[in-house]
Amino acid sequence: MKEQAVVQGFANDLEGRKRKGVIWHVFFQISTVVGIIALIALLLNVIDGAFGYVAYEARVDPDTLAVNGTPIEDQSKEQLVALLQSSLSSGAYNKLDKEKPFADRSREEVYQLVVERIIRPKVVQVWKLWPSLTQADQIRATVEQDHPGAELDFVSWLTTDFVTRPQSSEPLTAGVRTAILGSLWTILFTILLAFPIGVGAAIYLEEYAAENWFNRIIQTNINNLAGVPSIVYGILGLAIFVRALEAFTSGKMFGIVNLTSANGRTVLSAGFTLGLLVLPIVIINAQEAIRAVPRSLRNASFGVGATKWQTVWSHVLPNAMPGILTGTILAISRAIGETAPLVVVGASTAISFDPSSPFSKFTTLPIQIYQWTSRPQDEFRSLAAASILVLLVLLLSLNASAVLLRNRFSRRF
Amino acid sequence: MNNNSDHKYVIETHDLDIYYGTFKAVTDVNLQVERNAITAIIGPSGCGKSTLLRAFNRMNELYANSSIRGDVCFNGQDIYAREVDPVEVRYRVGMVFQKPNPFPKSIYENIAWTARIHGYKGKMDEIVESSLHQAALWDEVKDKLHQSGLSLSGGQQQRLCIARAISIQPEVILMDEPASALDPIATLKIEELMQELKKNYTIVIVTHNMQQAARASDYTAMMMLSRDGERSGTVIEFDETTRIFTNPKDKRTEDYVTGRFG
Repeated sequence: MKEQAVVQGFANDLEGRKRKGVIWHVFFQISTVVGIIALIALLLNVIDGAFGYVAYEARVDPDTLAVNGTPIEDQSKEQLVALLQSSLSSGAYNKLDKEKPFADRSREEVYQLVVERIIRPKVVQVWKLWPSLTQADQIRATVEQDHPGAELDFVSWLTTDFVTRPQSSEPLTAGVRTAILGSLWTILFTILLAFPIGVGAAIYLEEYAAENWFNRIIQTNINNLAGVPSIVYGILGLAIFVRALEAFTSGKMFGIVNLTSANGRTVLSAGFTLGLLVLPIVIINAQEAIRAVPRSLRNASFGVGATKWQTVWSHVLPNAMPGILTGTILAISRAIGETAPLVVVGASTAISFDPSSPFSKFTTLPIQIYQWTSRPQDEFRSLAAASILVLLVLLLSLNASAVLLRNRFSRRF
Repeated sequence: MNNNSDHKYVIETHDLDIYYGTFKAVTDVNLQVERNAITAIIGPSGCGKSTLLRAFNRMNELYANSSIRGDVCFNGQDIYAREVDPVEVRYRVGMVFQKPNPFPKSIYENIAWTARIHGYKGKMDEIVESSLHQAALWDEVKDKLHQSGLSLSGGQQQRLCIARAISIQPEVILMDEPASALDPIATLKIEELMQELKKNYTIVIVTHNMQQAARASDYTAMMMLSRDGERSGTVIEFDETTRIFTNPKDKRTEDYVTGRFG
């Protein structure tokens, strides 16, 4: 160690400085851990609801459907079709045949129909995953005692059938296909509205707008709009898209007569409403990305006599694109999870047909989850848990594809 | 814009003042840039050398609130006149910057894009090759034309920027401390290149390096903060380089070039 410097007044308390650092270090670590615990708790809670024992009773005892001693499980496709024909009304039978001719259906599909339409199992009680794993014997005993005729099965509510089946009021046959398609349709129009307008506005504000009070007001307003509660956007969407622009959003303008009479409460209205909702987020993120393009690059372009538009189009935009896409991903993720504005805009809670055009009635996954969780029966909460898993997977896959897209655009400086 | 070369001077300024907002950065500059020669602008940091250089092709307009008084003439025409498009000015008066700034595209595209935006319809390969030849870069990059311009070394990047600038055949090339980020060998290459280029182009270079000005330039403008206490720079002496370095008229120039000041 060198001789102490002559300047007085330094208290070189290295130990104290290190201690302070350690305290903050621990604090930051705790923050992270708390976040991770919350995330794990959320996932466990959802998974807990999505699997477990179900006790159900058949409305029609399958034993009574046996033909010549052949139980229903072992009957041939033809026998099952005949059973359907004799048990269902001819109207219902013909409708099924029209959807997909029985000749084209596999035995499995027909059997499924028999279960759904004739046996019609009814849930009497459900258990979550944790009790199902730890108290299986107790559950079995309870079922035998309270519901002697009931069957007890360990089920995963999240199955491929669940994803591909349309909505239904029967929990055992309900699916989320309509909701998934509704979400995708809605998001499509959200992107179509928010991306071009958002990026366009960002380019204007960053590259063209002069520094004056008017543009500063616009900028401030955009920043504030990003924080407006989403329900307010719902009311806005209701006023503009559902009511004022009904002719457009219901498709009447294009001569499309909607038999389901959505009256403007369509995929298009919902998508545009969510588009307005995320527009400020897209603009702000795109502005950040455009601002981050180094000045040296703009100088290079202007220095060789490029016009402003050539500079923006060939250099600023391509180099800002990864950032713009990241911001858009965030915005879209938010839009996918929105519920409140869609309730106001008029999402349907119970439709069993798929949205097929921008002018269809719709429901979305969050709406479906919201509706199922608010039902008093436990089995609907299990359905909601399974739908939440579907929503999470949908979100993650949309994000992943956006990240891939972003990496394709990535450039180095 | 005027295309004639009858004027003795390519660029002339008359009583040029340059402002950033209300701050006057450069005061009262009268300068004549000789055709097919290298004119150096030297002086201490912050005296407005780069600002003056950027006024020659209206690049300073890209910086906030800048404005000028007086005029800058290119081949006798005022480039700040109302009817003159700054894009046209920059097409005729190219620029090379302090930090090499190739586009984040391939070497080939760096030049091809530049030619294309000016409506070049000829053979692209030819213009790429001839530009790289003129910038003395062809032999080093001919086998990797489709690699990123950013994969080159600093000196090569700077020569790529020069190739890009000359690909559109400007009359003047402005160089803003083009070698300050480079090592001595790369610097020497740039200086040799400038000697080659002045046969076809007029070069104005801002430099911190007095040896560079003495070695490479034909004329030298000495800039300094003006006397009257304002933080505003002006050209205090402008002459042939040999005269500036051997027999300067102004005491401050002499102090500066001999290293006693600045």
